[in-house]
Amino acid sequence: MSLWRYANPSEFMRLSGAVLPWCWALTAIALGVGLLWGFFLTPDDYQQGATVKILFIHVPAALIAINAWLMMLITSLIWFVRRHHVSALAARAAAPVGATMTVVALLTGAIWGQPMWGTWWAWDPRLTSFFILFLFYLGYIALWQAIDEPDKAADLTALLCMVGSVFALLSRYAVFFWNQGLHQGPSLSLDAETNVDNAFYLPLLACIAGFALLFISLVLLRTRTEIRARRLRALREAAARG
Amino acid sequence: MMPDLAQYAGTVLGAYGAALAPIAALILASALRARRVARALAAAENLRGSTDEPS
Repeated sequence: MSLWRYANPSEFMRLSGAVLPWCWALTAIALGVGLLWGFFLTPDDYQQGATVKILFIHVPAALIAINAWLMMLITSLIWFVRRHHVSALAARAAAPVGATMTVVALLTGAIWGQPMWGTWWAWDPRLTSFFILFLFYLGYIALWQAIDEPDKAADLTALLCMVGSVFALLSRYAVFFWNQGLHQGPSLSLDAETNVDNAFYLPLLACIAGFALLFISLVLLRTRTEIRARRLRALREAAARG
Repeated sequence: MMPDLAQYAGTVLGAYGAALAPIAALILASALRARRVARALAAAENLRGSTDEPS
């Protein structure tokens, strides 16, 4: 059995219709457990006080913001190589989700930064590359809406996605490339010395799982909508032609 | 039940609000559009009498 069978819109609709309720249920459980655990049951940080609780929304949102773009890159490449419409529509469906997560990461980072750094914003390498990633999201969404011909829109947005991938990677690795700026290093690390303290680690993992499941649920839902919207458009065009 | 957030109460609650509001709005907008498009497609399919709709 080939994975490519799910590139068939009917197969995709059948499978996604079956798994979507489970995805929503798992999202609610993981997010509920993670956020309640993180907010109510974790101690204050010795340096950051209660603001450490922002970790449980800021880090997962930032992770999803970056990885949503990488998912769009993969589906865009599949569109380029195999011309599967579902993959192009999945990329389109993921963009507003990624953009929202980028906004959440930027907003929560600014709110967190004000008491910790003494400023809402700094042109720090990670913050700046993240802001540019957000602009790429807006450009990507606008480009899809600006072009009427679906295949041409998919081609051009796929190209834009490849260019924007540089900034998606930069926003992930900026703190390694430029050892300067206000933003700290990654909270999660295989090195026990730099990894976030155990008191925060498990609820953070639950929140990351919850945000990832939310992303999957939303992308499945929105891809199904895009497939239906395209079919609706085809029917209307056929009716208009008589 | 509510943890003591001390002088950071506004900061922490503001951050949670700033995160949950756009996410809730996105979920709501996605669900409403999904329902609207599904209904419009069903109506168009009925009008056309077609049976080959992806379910």
